[in-house]
Amino acid sequence: MSNKTDSNTYTILFAIGMVVVVGALLAFTAASLKPNIAENQRVEKQQNILYAMGVNNNEGGSANFISTANTPDAFQENIKEQLVLTVDANGAIIKTQTREEYFNEAKQEPYLIDIKKQKTNAKNGEPRLLPLFVGEKEGKTYYIAPIYGKGLWDAIWGYVALNDDMVVQGAYFDHKGETPGLGANIKERFFMDDFIGEHLLDDSGVFKGITVAKGNADPKNDNKTDNEVDAIAGATITGDGVTAMIKSDLKLYKPYFDNLKNN
Amino acid sequence: MGLLSKKDAKLITDPLADDNPITIQVLGICSALAITAELKASIVMAVSVLFVLGIGNVVISLMRNIIPSKIRIIVQLVVVAALVIIVDQVLKAFAYELSKTLSVFVGLIITNCIIMGRFEAFALANGPWKSFLDGIGNSLGYGVILIIVGFFRELLGSGTLLGFKVLGDPIEKTGLYAIGYENNGFMLLSPMALIVVGIIIWVQRTRNKALVEDH
Repeated sequence: MSNKTDSNTYTILFAIGMVVVVGALLAFTAASLKPNIAENQRVEKQQNILYAMGVNNNEGGSANFISTANTPDAFQENIKEQLVLTVDANGAIIKTQTREEYFNEAKQEPYLIDIKKQKTNAKNGEPRLLPLFVGEKEGKTYYIAPIYGKGLWDAIWGYVALNDDMVVQGAYFDHKGETPGLGANIKERFFMDDFIGEHLLDDSGVFKGITVAKGNADPKNDNKTDNEVDAIAGATITGDGVTAMIKSDLKLYKPYFDNLKNN
Repeated sequence: MGLLSKKDAKLITDPLADDNPITIQVLGICSALAITAELKASIVMAVSVLFVLGIGNVVISLMRNIIPSKIRIIVQLVVVAALVIIVDQVLKAFAYELSKTLSVFVGLIITNCIIMGRFEAFALANGPWKSFLDGIGNSLGYGVILIIVGFFRELLGSGTLLGFKVLGDPIEKTGLYAIGYENNGFMLLSPMALIVVGIIIWVQRTRNKALVEDH
């Protein structure tokens, strides 16, 4: 006896029906949970920025953010100014806006600027926006800049806190889908803490960046002016991604720090 | 008369021990190795699989008479994938930190052999209630092993359970650390999960000789 579910017409109709039903269900779920997810991501960005400037709950060897509930207050307290620099295709700063000026224009907080989109703008020769967060903690000023690049499997990004000499005061890296135990270790403290104290400029003040180096002659990272930190074994491409995003993105801030010095 | 007939109860109890999906059927090993470095992640993975397999088995069972046999594997995949995406979105909305810890592994539920195995072997041939019990039983069996492995890995590897320091403070040298105990970093690496699963299998087969296969 031939079964009606074996016919080709039935199979095709079933497949189409299934796709429509499942698609509608997923669209409904995604749409109804979107506000919650967006709120979580917003708080996470604030936590990342605060982490980079050393406001965190680190304990032992693990990296911990301050609690979600305390984040908005801590952000308000520690981040004194959010600047938005507009740079042209040649890297010259056209405009510097304060948070209020940017907010009135774009109706959006500067920390929510999509770095990936800004990079695409720059590729097309358009001006791009560079957010810069100025934080103050225990009398010290931190300049925190977001960076964005690609690792082995997907996007990697982070925030680097600098002082006015462009010496790293703290760093936070994160990734979308690097290999657990290998590339994913860029968000572990033993890697992120190595960046603290590293210089971005060489002795003559030229931007050099920081290289995640294999076969580093300085594995304990005692020499903080060699512009190198030790790589993670087995994570070469992710490490190269970190090097590349530090070089390409932080370089853009150099004119700002030059101005800061000259004034 | 209890809530479940004897036969129904066996659907739940069998996978817990004598027909355990991990230790006897040796399915779902990948996720057992990957996410058990912390007890918390093990529990959430177990609950997520419980949800996906419990509901998935019922859905497949309800559809068993209308699924065209030519595309039944694809239909099963779509059902798992849709449920997994829902779990992922719900975790992102209500347990964001956890969803980041689990990151790729929630997606990995799709490739968990236990789920496709139960759909194919049980749900396609049985009614919704039985399939539901079978799904619950198998995911509990999976979860029990995951939690045992997670317990030992977190306890011996980090000296904590669910994040609480139960063996003392390794930096301040209190508790066990005062008498020279050190955390075993090996326990946090995946190969040690395989060894812990191996020990569980060994203990289980020593206690119940009927499980040992003769050659």
